[in-house]
Amino acid sequence: MGLEIIQDKCVGCRLCLKSCPYDALEMVNSIAVVKDNCILCGACVDSCKFEAIILRKHEDLSVSEDAFEDVWVFAEQKKGVIQSVTYELLGEGKKLAQKRRQNLAAVLLGDKIKKEAKKLIERGADKVYVVESPALKDYQAQIYSNVLTKLVRDYKPEIVLTGATSIGRSLIPRVAVELKTGLTADCTGLDIDEEKGMLLQTRPAFGGNIMATIICPHRRPQMATVRHKVMKEAEVDTKYKGQIIEINPKDFSLNSDTRLIDMVEELEETVNLTEADIIVSGGRGVGSGDNFKIIEELAKSMGAAVGASRAAVDSGFKPYSHQVGQTGKTVCPKVYFACGISGQIQHLVGMQSSDIIVAINKDPDAPIFKVATYGIVGDLFKVIPALIKRFQKK
Amino acid sequence: MDIIVCIKQVPDTTDVRINPDTNTLVRDGVASIINPFDMYAIEEGLRLKERFGGKVTVITMGPPQSEAALREALSLGVDQAVLLSDRAFAGSDTLATSYALAAGIKKIGVYDVIICGKQAIDGDTAQVGPGISVWLDIPQVTFVKKIEETKQEKGKNIFRLERMVEEGYEVIEVPLPCLITVVKEINEPRMPSLKGMMRSKKAEIIKWTAENINADEKNIGLDGSPTQVVRIFTPSPRKGGQILHGEPDEVADKLAEFLKENIN
Repeated sequence: MGLEIIQDKCVGCRLCLKSCPYDALEMVNSIAVVKDNCILCGACVDSCKFEAIILRKHEDLSVSEDAFEDVWVFAEQKKGVIQSVTYELLGEGKKLAQKRRQNLAAVLLGDKIKKEAKKLIERGADKVYVVESPALKDYQAQIYSNVLTKLVRDYKPEIVLTGATSIGRSLIPRVAVELKTGLTADCTGLDIDEEKGMLLQTRPAFGGNIMATIICPHRRPQMATVRHKVMKEAEVDTKYKGQIIEINPKDFSLNSDTRLIDMVEELEETVNLTEADIIVSGGRGVGSGDNFKIIEELAKSMGAAVGASRAAVDSGFKPYSHQVGQTGKTVCPKVYFACGISGQIQHLVGMQSSDIIVAINKDPDAPIFKVATYGIVGDLFKVIPALIKRFQKK
Repeated sequence: MDIIVCIKQVPDTTDVRINPDTNTLVRDGVASIINPFDMYAIEEGLRLKERFGGKVTVITMGPPQSEAALREALSLGVDQAVLLSDRAFAGSDTLATSYALAAGIKKIGVYDVIICGKQAIDGDTAQVGPGISVWLDIPQVTFVKKIEETKQEKGKNIFRLERMVEEGYEVIEVPLPCLITVVKEINEPRMPSLKGMMRSKKAEIIKWTAENINADEKNIGLDGSPTQVVRIFTPSPRKGGQILHGEPDEVADKLAEFLKENIN
């Protein structure tokens, strides 16, 4: 099943072999042959200039698409405050809703949260579904997914978006499995295929080395988590009119096997990495935990957050919660300062979508300079004090 | 305590390079490794066994060569390894993968804790762990950085965990059986012992097909996967900009000027 090579059309050009991310094609007698480790990703289908590769498609639509309508955004709130990622989702959701000529709706769950619904309307929501209960005060996986799953079943949106945050990425996979529908993680681009009306979900894979566009053709809703800080926030329009739809919490199962005991905040200096517009990161070149003070001072001079490379974390200069990169956090601030960071690929995948990258390194050949918008070759202990002086003046 | 650890064999991402001439992925001689986050999952499984006794089983779904990842896990000290391998699984997205792993876990039968890495470094979805917990109808706690303590309440074993979030961490109590996904901070994975390596070479790996785990064919492989990849492309690589020269003070002035111009 799945991938078929049409022998008459295959000319043995080997293009498909090069395109395969899994090394799952080989040449036998100058014809491409699919090996057992093929995962049917379809990369080779596009690569073939001779239309010699076919990927067997799914069976016909299992749901009637017409029954599903509207673009939904899950409004993430913490301590009753709507998180900025929600406004980004509303900005992007609006574009999708307009292309589909549908309404944009937000789902707001919390305790005494209804007063916040107005903010969602001001950012373009035509409808806000509100469920209020003390049980919904803080995010809890089981309760939130019960509520969201039932809302989706009852109101049948066509598209559901959440932030690719610690809440979104824990909540929405549960909802997708409950609904047996498709979910695409950590999207950095969304669009509508005008012809088929489908959601085109583009996301990085292999740490951003390749991009994939994914669709969910036969099931609804189409669901995606969206990377924070990539999309632009919806503008505020205080005159925008929307409808608030309150739903009785008694309609839902609000039991949880898990119990949230405490929330411990660890914002030791300045701001949260994933929310920061500016991040100053230090690497092995900083030399020691004590020396990291200079990184922290530079961050402070600009109101930035402090990051660290894996090497700096593994050497004990900073705790893991500051780590940027493959096994740490993925960030995309407006400005990223890489100080004494050589720029290994594992670090780059965590920060290369930043708008501006400033690199400070002694080694002119350090790979970080290949991605830096502005590079400074020099001793960070001389350069950074000058920067601090300059930025404090501003 | 019966512990099941779900792992995935992934290409070593550092080796995924793009051929500038053909603009395609260079895959020659790329090493396969156990997904780095899964190494922490295996380690935590072994530590739970050391604390409470019991058994650690490692399970993966993948092509036949995924056996290498299972053998590596055996060399670290896990007791048993299960490989779900069948052409019928090919093309599985996260929904179908979580279904197949849940079906495999049901076949294993007994479990108190299921541990997954936070996410895999090839797909980066973080969706399979939560998916498994829904198929099995057990509670989940994602992004766990510490298993603090355990206690008994009304005859149930309860874990107290720390779950990493953007602002710090949550303290959560969860009754067993449960599924957790773990982050790097939770432990420092051990190296395989010589004895472990010898044992892993000879150990028998349990191999199950879709039929063996009573998987419904509508839920696996392409048919069980609502999502489809329609296009794969390489992003235009980020280009280096300019190097600023001069004494530190001059450089600082230049940089401040550029940043002012380019930030709205």
